Amino acid sequence: MNYLVGAFKPPCNVFISFADGRSRKQVPLKKENGKTVMVALFQSQENIVGEVVIEPIHGKKVEHNGVKIELLGQIELYFDRGNFYDFTSLVRELDIPGELYERKTYPFEFSTVEMPYESYNGVNVRLRYILKVTISRNFVSNIVECQDFVVRNYTPPPSINNSIKMEVGIEDCLHIEFEYSKSKYHLKDVIIGKIYFLLVRIKLKNMELEIRRRESTGSGPNTYVETETLAKFELMDGAAVRGESIPIRLFLSPYELTPTYRNINNKFSVKYYLNLVLVDEEDRRYFKQQEITMYRLLEAS
Amino acid sequence: MLNGIDDEEKWLAEGIAGIQHNAFYMHQALDSNNLREALKYSAQMLSELRTSKLSPHKYYELYMRAFDELRKLEMFFKEDSKHGVSVIDLYELVQHAGNILPRLYLLCTVGSVYIKSKEAPAKEVLKDLVEMCRGVQHPIRGLFLRSYLAQISRDKLPDIGSEYEGDADTVMDAVEFVLQNFTEMNKLWVQMQHQGPGRFREKQEKERSELRDLVGKNLHVLSQIEGVDLGIYKETVLTRVLEQVVNCKDDLAQYYLMDCIIQVFPDEYHLQTLETLLGACPQLQPTVDVKTVLSRLMDRLSNYAASSEDVLPEFLQVEAFTKLSNAIGKVIEAQVDMPAVGAITLYVSLLTFTLCVHPDRLDYVDQVLGACVKKLYNIPKLEDSRAMKQVVALLSAPLEKYNDIVTALTLSNYPRVMDHLDNGTNKVMAMVIIQSIMKNNTFISTAHKVEVLFELIKGLIKDKDGADVDELDEEDFKDEQNSVARLIHMLYNDEPEEMLKIICIVRKHTMAGGPKRLPFTVPSLVFSALRLVWRLQGQEGDIVGEEVPATPKKIFQLLTQIIEALSAVPSPELALRLYLQCAEAANGCDLELVAYEFFTQAFVLYEEEIADSKAQVTAIHLIIGTLQRMNVFGVENRDTMTHKTTGYSARLLKKPDQCRAVYACSHLFWVDDQDGIKDGERVLLCLKRALRIANAAQQMANVARGSSGPVILFVEILNKYLYFFEKGNQQITGAAIQDLIELINTEMQSDSATPDTASDAFLASTLRYIQFQKQKGGVMGEKFEAIKF
Repeated sequence: MNYLVGAFKPPCNVFISFADGRSRKQVPLKKENGKTVMVALFQSQENIVGEVVIEPIHGKKVEHNGVKIELLGQIELYFDRGNFYDFTSLVRELDIPGELYERKTYPFEFSTVEMPYESYNGVNVRLRYILKVTISRNFVSNIVECQDFVVRNYTPPPSINNSIKMEVGIEDCLHIEFEYSKSKYHLKDVIIGKIYFLLVRIKLKNMELEIRRRESTGSGPNTYVETETLAKFELMDGAAVRGESIPIRLFLSPYELTPTYRNINNKFSVKYYLNLVLVDEEDRRYFKQQEITMYRLLEAS
Repeated sequence: MLNGIDDEEKWLAEGIAGIQHNAFYMHQALDSNNLREALKYSAQMLSELRTSKLSPHKYYELYMRAFDELRKLEMFFKEDSKHGVSVIDLYELVQHAGNILPRLYLLCTVGSVYIKSKEAPAKEVLKDLVEMCRGVQHPIRGLFLRSYLAQISRDKLPDIGSEYEGDADTVMDAVEFVLQNFTEMNKLWVQMQHQGPGRFREKQEKERSELRDLVGKNLHVLSQIEGVDLGIYKETVLTRVLEQVVNCKDDLAQYYLMDCIIQVFPDEYHLQTLETLLGACPQLQPTVDVKTVLSRLMDRLSNYAASSEDVLPEFLQVEAFTKLSNAIGKVIEAQVDMPAVGAITLYVSLLTFTLCVHPDRLDYVDQVLGACVKKLYNIPKLEDSRAMKQVVALLSAPLEKYNDIVTALTLSNYPRVMDHLDNGTNKVMAMVIIQSIMKNNTFISTAHKVEVLFELIKGLIKDKDGADVDELDEEDFKDEQNSVARLIHMLYNDEPEEMLKIICIVRKHTMAGGPKRLPFTVPSLVFSALRLVWRLQGQEGDIVGEEVPATPKKIFQLLTQIIEALSAVPSPELALRLYLQCAEAANGCDLELVAYEFFTQAFVLYEEEIADSKAQVTAIHLIIGTLQRMNVFGVENRDTMTHKTTGYSARLLKKPDQCRAVYACSHLFWVDDQDGIKDGERVLLCLKRALRIANAAQQMANVARGSSGPVILFVEILNKYLYFFEKGNQQITGAAIQDLIELINTEMQSDSATPDTASDAFLASTLRYIQFQKQKGGVMGEKFEAIKF
């Protein structure tokens, strides 16, 4: 049995490792099969250096037409399954055609790689970076080994960060004014704000603040929009009366947010909204949605 | 709604079960130092408090369960070695909870630990907490959340001397925190009435008032802050609290909170901020029971004033009376609908206050009464019994305080207030006044005061127009009139002139009293006047000068008129006695004609008015007794009198009465004085006549009943014989006495004699007396030797 299985197994093991693999930060990444693995974290313009180890099994010989390693940045749209758009593709030849009898190590290096987009795992789209080692063979299928890694890009704090302030209402029923201290938030930021009640003629039950993510994929008639509510945060219990102001303090750190992505390679975009929802006693919902910009701030650690 | 209560029980049971369930897992998490799980289960546990189904009472039960559990959680939070998270991070961590109520409970709990850790200034944490709690606007849930906040922060306020005291002026932060929490809680509490359907309003109000202490506790906390001195209280605390009270426009809250303010803060603060405090009163809702509030305030201040002499200057300094008085005026003016009882209650309190603080300021007292009169202007007679009670209290207060009716008499508004009482109450009040006089033995010494006094008690003195006389209770009436009679004796002045005036005034008033009252009042008045006569008589020598207004003559004229009034009653026996009394007094003053006139009146009464035989007997003996002592009469007048008297005596109906009256008459001819009349012959005549009548009586008894009556009459006559014998009447001889004794013995031994122990004993002791006199020897002994038996 083992023998049989062994017959279909690739005749060699391929390992990809990074030169600074021990010290480099690892972040969790969700795979297709639902499992989460820890992978290395990079940002744009970094050198990606490492080595590939090929180890034939029990001294078998492996014939090949060459060994190469590719660095790929791919966008995968789920409704267009099977089609990857490589927005980045770098190749390094590791070996000329020949035979491998024993374990062999190939160092590789991609210098200052341009990786403008962040890894992203959405509802309808995935953006990922992989290192792909291909051992080309005649007559039989190539031996391919992939290694995911994650890219995150950091932005400095925006120089202009206006507050969001707006008065909204339903005539003669409800007038409120809300204020969020900023329009741009980093991922561990805190939303501070206030809601002033100028006129309350409906019986409110409660009020909550939602963080919503809008992911739109495709373009033109084939645009798919998916909206997720990532956070529901109750701001008020009961009904405020006229003149009351209710504080907002929402810590963003517990939620799995990403920066705002605008038009990634013409394939997709991800935007974030704050949705203020007021619920009355008959469970009618009154809401006002405001876009906020998320960015990734380099953590001080 | 029928099973509403059952449902509530069920919901409460479910809530408690939910708390217990989650608390169990929370404990497990605490035991295994698992912070994440602990937060999760504690948040779930607190979610039970999100219910809207319970009444405040039941909700409280649920809250207390959660409260106990939170204490354990707090202990855990404190030990960062166990969960490994700094308190600052913890403070953020609990804010991740999605639901606001559990989030804020947890935040307060961590906040408490945060303050204790001193990683941040207490004031900052408190400020944040009190601000964040705004998120809960549901009245009941909000109130309990904030009450939790108040609870955990109580011992952590940055007060003076507290370990949490910061660098500068942190007391203000503490005050600010409590004030804000108070303000918010009050808003929620007021808001409560707008919750739910309006048809259960009564129930709602009841539920609301169950929660009032949650709000009031904040004021208590404020009063406990050491650093709140008068300045801070005046500038910040009171101003802000009152602002909230006035602005909330809710009668329940306003009433309760005003009362709270009055009760929790120190007296001297109230005194110093009286103006501010009182200024708020007219701004309250018209339905607020301001009078009770003000009454409480005044009661407190009164007690404060009574506590120590030292504080009185403070009262004067702030002009407490004027301020209170003005405030009350304004309140009464503002609340047009306030029933009379309310206004009067206010005045009672103000009066009590005045009496405590300014006992020397009678003008203040009068001012209060005057204000009351003004208020009652439109109500001639009060009908509300509670209002009446308050008026009685109002009028009694000065009496009790001064223990002296004279003081009250100087209050011009006093009788005007009394006028508003109904007849019954007016009498009660009058009785109170009289009793006060009696108790304190106060003499009313000027005519003016007497006039005022009678004005006060006029309810007792005469019938009111249209009053229903039938309703009077006989017993009460007697009590009242006896009191008036006693009162007359308390009207006294050493100056005869003034005293005469007093008597005239009393007479004027009592004469209007009508036939039912006169028998009670006239004797007092007569004796009061007679007393004056006696006094004048005593100092007769001193009276010189031409115009002496108070002469006995004048008084006697007055007396004649007074006693004449009794004929209208009619009460002849009483009048007769009084005439005789007057006659005797006139005798003392050597006024023969006056005395004669009085006697004449007495005889006229006897002849015309006294028909009852028993009354006649009494009257004749009184006449005899009085006449015997008269020495002012000339021979002629005296003869007329004695003649009349003996005549009447002999014409009494019953023989024994005749007999006794006649032998009593014998004294009219023998006055045992130095220069008294001594007419032994007529004495003997009287006694003989008496004997004849006694004999006749005996025979009558024989005829009527077949047995002779007791010999007692003879024994009595024997005694008279002995008396005159002893006094040296020459007409009474030992032989006569001897005969009489023999006669008695014969009578006693006759067959028809009725044995009578009383007369036997009387005789025996009479004989023993004779024996005794004999043995005594001397002149008297020799004299008695003449009597042999």
